[in-house]
Amino acid sequence: MSADKTKLDLIISGVGGQGAILASDIIGKAAVLAGVPIRAAETHGMAQRGGSVVNHIRLGCELGSMIPLHGADVLLALEPVEALRYIDSLSDDGVVIVNTQPVLPVTVTSGGDEYPDVSEIVDVLKSNHKVKVVAFNAFELAIKAGHPQAMNVVMVGAASNYLPMSKDLLIDCIKGMVPPKTVDINVNAFELGRAKV
Amino acid sequence: MSTREYMLGNVAIARGIVEGGAQVISGYPGTPSSEIIDTLSRMDERNFYVEWSVNEKVAMEVAAGAAWSGVRSVVTMKHVGLNVAADPLMTLAYTGVKGGMVIIVADDPSCHSSQNEQDTRKYADFSLVPCLDPSTIQEAKDMIPYAFELSEKFEIPVIFRPTTRISHGKSDIEPGEIVEDRPRAHFEKLIDRWVMLPKNARVRHPHLLGIQENITKELENSSWNELSINNDSESKIGIIASGIASVYAKEAILNLGIDISFLKVGTYPVPEGLIMNMLEHADTVLVIEELEPVVEDRVRIITNKTSSCTRIIGKTGDFVPRFGELNVELCEAAITNAFGTGEKTKLTESTVDMEEMADVASIKLPLRPPAMCPGCSHRAVYYAMKNVFGNDAVYPSDIGCYTLGVQSGTVETTLCMGSSITLASGIYHAGESRPICCSIGDSTFFHTGMNGLMNAVYNKANITVTILDNRVTAMTGHQPNPGMGKTATGEPTVDISIENLCRGLGAEFVEVVDAYDRKATEEVFKRAKEYNGTSVVIAEQACVIDARRAGIRLKPYVIDVDKCTGCKQCVKFGCPAIEFDSESKHANITALCTGCGVCGQICKFDAISEVKK
Repeated sequence: MSADKTKLDLIISGVGGQGAILASDIIGKAAVLAGVPIRAAETHGMAQRGGSVVNHIRLGCELGSMIPLHGADVLLALEPVEALRYIDSLSDDGVVIVNTQPVLPVTVTSGGDEYPDVSEIVDVLKSNHKVKVVAFNAFELAIKAGHPQAMNVVMVGAASNYLPMSKDLLIDCIKGMVPPKTVDINVNAFELGRAKV
Repeated sequence: MSTREYMLGNVAIARGIVEGGAQVISGYPGTPSSEIIDTLSRMDERNFYVEWSVNEKVAMEVAAGAAWSGVRSVVTMKHVGLNVAADPLMTLAYTGVKGGMVIIVADDPSCHSSQNEQDTRKYADFSLVPCLDPSTIQEAKDMIPYAFELSEKFEIPVIFRPTTRISHGKSDIEPGEIVEDRPRAHFEKLIDRWVMLPKNARVRHPHLLGIQENITKELENSSWNELSINNDSESKIGIIASGIASVYAKEAILNLGIDISFLKVGTYPVPEGLIMNMLEHADTVLVIEELEPVVEDRVRIITNKTSSCTRIIGKTGDFVPRFGELNVELCEAAITNAFGTGEKTKLTESTVDMEEMADVASIKLPLRPPAMCPGCSHRAVYYAMKNVFGNDAVYPSDIGCYTLGVQSGTVETTLCMGSSITLASGIYHAGESRPICCSIGDSTFFHTGMNGLMNAVYNKANITVTILDNRVTAMTGHQPNPGMGKTATGEPTVDISIENLCRGLGAEFVEVVDAYDRKATEEVFKRAKEYNGTSVVIAEQACVIDARRAGIRLKPYVIDVDKCTGCKQCVKFGCPAIEFDSESKHANITALCTGCGVCGQICKFDAISEVKK
């Protein structure tokens, strides 16, 4: 990882509808409040309809928003297959944080494709790449926190250990960005995720 | 306390429009441009008029009318939308404007959400209209107020061209001052300006050519172009990069740690003086730009004009690809290949490769293409259509969410907005003997489909036209359209009946059906197929996403495992909420079910029913 503590290249991968954009927005807003320059790139439009999505977030960056191949410090994967699909974006000493709960693509539910075994995916992540792998079921933790939709915030919590912003700042941003009724659930979700790393 | 805000590119552009004091904003939705008007139309307080127009040509003329009345106006669209609006654009360059007019055209290199990746800078060159090409989101916002001033100074519209990575990127943004001065609209009757009779057009064309030199000078001195000459180095290497490619090039240069002269270009016409200065200091210049060699060709012309011996490379020599978006790796490869001594690195388009990559190590990854939502009415209509028309039919289609139905075998053409009915007509008149059933969405029908229907009826095309009416412009983010009874800002307005419209266009066979009623839909399709002439089937059902947002919740469906035979008929329907459990050999309906109930009508064994509470 970069020696500069405010510099961090983060990739969030997942499936359209999982809340990858809210996850990057929480980090983005916190960065701006912390005075850290930020550039981000998102998937909108056609690819969102249940397709594979990837967001680039560059903290401490004043150039372009696209992280070069093998350049990301952290890969935050909201879905196991989407961790493997984007593994080449990660640097050799990068960290991958992966939610082990699969979302079956339509090619599997009604097509001929097979969904690989999740433990095998985690093994490949661990063995084939010189990266640190943090794998856990964020979906179950979100249910424990109060709602399965808070899975993205669980993952932000897990990533928070690597971010150049304070925990309190991130929690303040979450409070301001989620529906008022769900603040407690989302703060719980953040804490449960943070404790996983 | 910092005043900086975290903004989406299109939100920052909307902010720039407000800062610039625009009074009329129009547009047609299209990825990646849509969120500009979405942002403006959802603002709580507005001192401007904003509309979703029915197509880009209409939108551009609305904005031109406002600018001719002396107020600042903006029109927004995606790159292919400018093809629709090219007719007013080409002559608007002759007439010019009074109030500042900015034409925002968002390009989509790599076709993230588009049918082609044409380069709007070519239109700027073609129409002789100046163009601004932002490299960062901050610059994108800051360019808009400048564009209004430029437009008013030379009384000419200005094209502003963000790309997907600007429009759908995010960044910390420093907001600026808002122009408070709002002129009162007054249409000045300048007949020799606004009436393009040949005698007037013949005067305006040389005028347009005449102002080019002064526009070039003005842009040359703007802050959007930056030149840094490296005098210290022995090497006489120069790099010119434009728009978003300039930030990728800068990062590549930093990574490679090389000394070079660098020119960032952000305006068209390009800054000729800065380019000449660069040519004097470099013996080789590499031009890095996305898509077409617009800057590169100009640089070569300037080289000829000044008898410079500098070698110009870029698209020439295959250093920079002419397709797809660029990135830091591609820029590094281009620089290394151009100025390094080693072997040429093969150019690949890394982002696309990664999305399509299906295997990592020993594991085969399933592809995850975008698909129609669980409960989407388009899937139900396609299912009924296929059952009636069968495999021995031709299925032209159009542009919208329903294009994702390509897997269902009922989408066999997608050319441009509104082209389904017209292609169907041409296929029929060519003598194709198989039945022809085309599909088009409500918004696309309003956009340019209507003309095609009128033409089909008038010229007696024996085809079936299916209008997939989900009562919203869904794919681009659920913008209102004329069939919804509300305007962009949510104000109630007339609800234009597609049925009446079709009858008004001359169609005699027009039937409306509930898209979720499989049997009724198939019956209508059977009658439409039998009909000799242009038949119109309007399949109505609200978009599931929009319905959910409006608070409409239907009871989900469940499989009775005692009745399920494992025949997979429901699985083949292709709804993401239906899975097959290969161990128990039963289908299973997941929590994604929205309760459309179509699978229940497909099951032959009565094994699918509504959840009873």
